[in-house]
Amino acid sequence: MSETPQWASESFWKKVAVWVTAGSFLILVVLTFDTLKQTSAGGNRVPAYSVINQNIDYQFDKKLNKFMPIIGAEELLFGQKFSEQEAEELVTLGKKTTQAKNCMNCHTLLGNGAYYAPDLTKAWLDQGWLTTELREQQMLKFLMDPEKNARTFGTNRKMPNLGITADEAKGVVAFLKWMSSIDTNGFPYNFTTIEAEDE
Amino acid sequence: MSAHVDTDKENSPSMSDKLDTFKAWAQVDDSTLNGGQKLAVKYFMGAVILFIFQILFGLLAAAQFIFPGFLYEFLDFSVNRMVHINAMILWMLYGFIGCTYWLLEDESGTEVVGLKFGVLGFWLFSAAITVVVLVYLFIQTGAGNDTTLWLINEGREYIEAPRWADIGIVVVMLIFFYNVVMTFSKGHWSGIAGVLTLDLVALAGLYLAGMFYMTNITHEQFWWWWVIHLWVEATWEVLVGVIMAWSLMKILGVRRKIVQTWLYIEVALMFGSGILGLGHHYFWIGTPEYWLTIGGFFSALEPIPLVAMVVHAVYDSGERSFKNMNHPAMAWLIAHAFGNFFGAGVWGFMHTLPQINLYTHGTQWSASHGHLAFFGAYATINIAFFYIAIQHWRGNVWMGGGLQNAWRWKWALALLNIGVLGMTIALLIAGYEQSFIERAIGGSTWGGYFAAQSHPSFISAMNWRMFFGCITAAGLALLVWDLLTIGQGETRKAEVIPQAG
Repeated sequence: MSETPQWASESFWKKVAVWVTAGSFLILVVLTFDTLKQTSAGGNRVPAYSVINQNIDYQFDKKLNKFMPIIGAEELLFGQKFSEQEAEELVTLGKKTTQAKNCMNCHTLLGNGAYYAPDLTKAWLDQGWLTTELREQQMLKFLMDPEKNARTFGTNRKMPNLGITADEAKGVVAFLKWMSSIDTNGFPYNFTTIEAEDE
Repeated sequence: MSAHVDTDKENSPSMSDKLDTFKAWAQVDDSTLNGGQKLAVKYFMGAVILFIFQILFGLLAAAQFIFPGFLYEFLDFSVNRMVHINAMILWMLYGFIGCTYWLLEDESGTEVVGLKFGVLGFWLFSAAITVVVLVYLFIQTGAGNDTTLWLINEGREYIEAPRWADIGIVVVMLIFFYNVVMTFSKGHWSGIAGVLTLDLVALAGLYLAGMFYMTNITHEQFWWWWVIHLWVEATWEVLVGVIMAWSLMKILGVRRKIVQTWLYIEVALMFGSGILGLGHHYFWIGTPEYWLTIGGFFSALEPIPLVAMVVHAVYDSGERSFKNMNHPAMAWLIAHAFGNFFGAGVWGFMHTLPQINLYTHGTQWSASHGHLAFFGAYATINIAFFYIAIQHWRGNVWMGGGLQNAWRWKWALALLNIGVLGMTIALLIAGYEQSFIERAIGGSTWGGYFAAQSHPSFISAMNWRMFFGCITAAGLALLVWDLLTIGQGETRKAEVIPQAG
């Protein structure tokens, strides 16, 4: 048998493995720094938590050829104007509640999670809340007693009662409103918002 | 025998007695195993128990898609699904740790250093899992505060375990890592040992990325994917590459030089595509647009190493005319090569480009891919190892042609593969339907979602999934029966396969 050529040798591939792994990881680290910077709350892609004081919509942008969040004029949540800190506290309570109640093992958030219940990425903008005037109260009622206020669209698949308190429900609504303002590169596509319904 | 006495010291006498009774009944003999292997079989038994839990809770969750009122507000879908996927992750981890302890003494040429700690780690890990599962089942959820995240549930898919358990997992992994590194250091290093050690550093280190609370969901999901993706699509793949390499040497007698060269090629391809392939999870979570290009490109390359593994396994087997000393293990290794390629490779590739992923993301498409990939890539190779382990544990018995009751392992193999493949196809059909009705037409509104869930093709897909889930469960039952009995009463010793070069 002839000798193994260099390109087929163990030592050659060992070096390739080390360099490829190190190189890829380095690129990932650099991109991670950039991504975290671009996506910190308060930037262009992920708005500050106080965005809950404003009107949010989601429309097709012809120039960009994708759906984009639209941050509009002031539109208070629960009739209250939140400072940046208050807004962050409320959204934090909501976020922790979504984790504590294990929402992600039925729903998807930003498309990630389980597939037993609807995606929550743009839940704030969903037409299922009927009108923008009724929306806040509808959401609070639903979260606190989903069984009585079930919205199963004829499937009989009801959300269970998770013992969500009034404060937690407000937090969840604030979290959902804030999440709907994130620029998700056009996901979900073709979403018709409650605002469009109102027009 | 001294190692045996040492390892069982930590157990209460009754537990030890029960284990001895079980071993006598199952006709297994500890004296045929080395210290690392004795610990490995503990992990394998734990893995099989968790595997049973995975399937049971999967069946419950599948039934709830058909009968939404089933166990409503008692064991809701969220609970069943959480136990289903957690048991899966854990039994695979148990299997991998077991495989590593199994090959450790053989590969290093010395006894496992710190075996006592390893055994302690096993019981700690198992006790922690028991507590976590009991809390999942009986407490389920808590108030929206840190106490819940620390004690009950972190509410993050796949890594739901509360924070205290995260810390416990890190401790157990550190013990495991210490044992591996110290054993190789005391004995001798090899290519396989080097890759294994570096991979375990990455595996343990990455888990830390999932141990922080963040309100900014974009940042949270960014780091969450570091754990999930870089585990299952990078470090786990390399880990099974290591296990596969060692297995091919042992049961086929392939030359070490060839196996290790292949392993390096696989590492280069796997990490070269998988690390930046992480970008395919960064399309829609608020992260910058450049991830669409990077994620699409590199994740499209991810199937390449899996093709290489198929070529590797089939070539080596063919070259030796499939002559091997453990037929069930060899069959499961071949199932692994193909399952990994189709489940992780083809099924992943089919929806990984952002142009299609915009519609498939977060639909049953992902579930279809998940079922075939986890089974094909990881369940299969662990099952292969269960057979390698049981062969030795029963005293290195014959497991070649003409094995008694060979129909059992063959039918277990067939039922499990048909079951998972059937579920995969059913979920794929549901995923296609969702992508059209809910996503493209319905725009992912709640109305669109439920329109898709009520569609006849979705409903029939869920029924078929349930049916094939039952086939899978039947296959598992047969597999467990087979593992408990295969080779019992066999008087022939295993065929000796000469190790080439």
